[in-house]
Amino acid sequence: MSTTSTEEERTTTARGETILEVNDLKTYYEDGGLLGSNPVKAVDGVSFDIQRGETLGLVGESGCGKSTLGRTLMRLEEATAGEVKLNGTDITTLSGSDLKQFRKDVQMVFQDPDSSLNERMTVGEIVREPLDVHDWKTPSERRERVRELLETVGLQEQHYYRYPHQFSGGQRQRIGIARALALEPEFIILDEPVSALDVSVQAKILNLLEDLQSEFGLTYLFIAHDLAVVRHICDRVAVMYLGNMMEIGPADELFDEPANPYTHALLSSIPEPDPTVERDRITLRGTRRRAVRSRPAVR
Amino acid sequence: MSTEQARSARTKGEPLLSVENLRTSFYTDKEVIRAVDGISFDIFRGETVGIVGESGSGKSVTARSIMRLVENPGRIENGRIMYDGEDLLDKSPKQMRSIRGGSIAMVFQDPLTSLNPVYTVGNQIKEALRLHRGLSGSKATKEAIELLEAVGIPDAHRRVREYPHQFSGGMRQRAVIAMALACDPELLICDEPTTALDVTIQAQILELLEELQEERDLGIMFITHDMGVIAEIADRVNVMYAGEIIESAPVVELFESPKHPYTQGLLNSIPGQGLDENERLATIEGDVPTPNEDPTYCRFAPRCPKAFAECDTVHPEPVEVGDDAGQHHVSCLLYPEDLPTEEAVAVHREGGQRGGDTR
Repeated sequence: MSTTSTEEERTTTARGETILEVNDLKTYYEDGGLLGSNPVKAVDGVSFDIQRGETLGLVGESGCGKSTLGRTLMRLEEATAGEVKLNGTDITTLSGSDLKQFRKDVQMVFQDPDSSLNERMTVGEIVREPLDVHDWKTPSERRERVRELLETVGLQEQHYYRYPHQFSGGQRQRIGIARALALEPEFIILDEPVSALDVSVQAKILNLLEDLQSEFGLTYLFIAHDLAVVRHICDRVAVMYLGNMMEIGPADELFDEPANPYTHALLSSIPEPDPTVERDRITLRGTRRRAVRSRPAVR
Repeated sequence: MSTEQARSARTKGEPLLSVENLRTSFYTDKEVIRAVDGISFDIFRGETVGIVGESGSGKSVTARSIMRLVENPGRIENGRIMYDGEDLLDKSPKQMRSIRGGSIAMVFQDPLTSLNPVYTVGNQIKEALRLHRGLSGSKATKEAIELLEAVGIPDAHRRVREYPHQFSGGMRQRAVIAMALACDPELLICDEPTTALDVTIQAQILELLEELQEERDLGIMFITHDMGVIAEIADRVNVMYAGEIIESAPVVELFESPKHPYTQGLLNSIPGQGLDENERLATIEGDVPTPNEDPTYCRFAPRCPKAFAECDTVHPEPVEVGDDAGQHHVSCLLYPEDLPTEEAVAVHREGGQRGGDTR
């Protein structure tokens, strides 16, 4: 990814194909107090953009606001202020049929394949649901499409009538990916898609995501806390801390020469799978400052 | 903590804990699942023994078997767990209760579920002190505060009166470790103690464990699926696959020259190891099987890139490999490397006949 992708990136930038542009985005959770509200500032003034076809990594510790940011881009949370432009249109104010169209273009894959699949629906129904909701073509074409999708993500056609509990974690994540691909989105938000998986399974899913990206020209926002995974799959990486973006840059540059002290400390705490490495670790003392009071489950 | 230190500990003296041919099975309506199937390993004082493997490989059942916490429909069917010259499997439930949390303590993955939400953290530490050391009242409180300070919790005087929900994830895990240390254990069993934590907090906890080990000469059994964590904390590593230990070696040796095809595959599937950026990650085909029958074959064979005909009929026994005598063992028909395949297979075939059930 080092040289080739920076070149690729340059060419895309030259073409000026910014798919997503985020300006000073804020998402606050109100605490519902009557007097003088003291909101939780989960995302507090974040600006960045994503080029078509690239993978932007979003890393940070739990509670830093990375998932809230992802959910705000999906319109699963309402933005408090700022704008999110997808292909030039601000999506924070969309409603009605425009919003419905937007939902087709942006999809999400969730962390936990156990809780993001409905246990009472067959795999076929799960993958077909987005097609049904958006009234995609005829029912028989939908079924055909689902079979196609199952094959694309490496499952078999006969899995159509099975239930999620009959699958392993890696296979469930494949179902989630098939569902996200159903409406041919341009942009997919991957919220910790491999955190719940074992390394050997994780490797398969990462390879699948890379294949799909080059096959369908997808753009990814890859949210994760495993920095080795992020470095492997991402072109650029953004680091979040307490709702703010500390640093954003090309993956290799950021990992080799982190400019921000927090990024440096974060990187130095990753255990490396090499027992002979001399450790030059900066252990962060204490826990994070309570910038916000009574944080609700920010996920 | 240093490997040399651990190695010298190995050469002198008895192991602190010695697991021999342990088998734990779960009886379900459909089948008997041998979650742990004939494993043996030792833990010495002052040494950290890592157990790695994917989910379902039997790591946690191993820990629970040692603590005798296996519940119905699980049964420990075979083997010995020698601790202090006695077999833990012969102990009565009452004797076991005093060992558990006394000389052998355990730290679980999720700190929130191992703390009782309706008691203060101090109370829970004092409970352990009362049960195992007979301390009570202000003496116990003082000891609890000291323990919290020992695990790096600031402002321990105030914190001792707080409830688990008032602690952050990392602090909770520290509190659990403080509880585990309350009775001065000799052996600490850590079951994925940092999996639920952020990397920065994980680094703190690993550092804490190292310090405590040095101070108290603890033997630590560390279970994880994270190869990075293992590389950092372990002196010796046992790799588990489908209920069996398939490779066992000092940590540096394991990472530098893994012998078993499964270990090699596992290490290669970790992202970001000098891999060229555009290269794909190596994967292992297929899934971990459920061990539900006698081990008369190699359980990794169906997924193994190097498998040959005998792999389906001969069970691989641990054989010594590497230069360091008696340190590195691998259970694979490809070894010993210097023998031609047929002779190597014969070694395993004979080895299989010698072993047998002891219980």
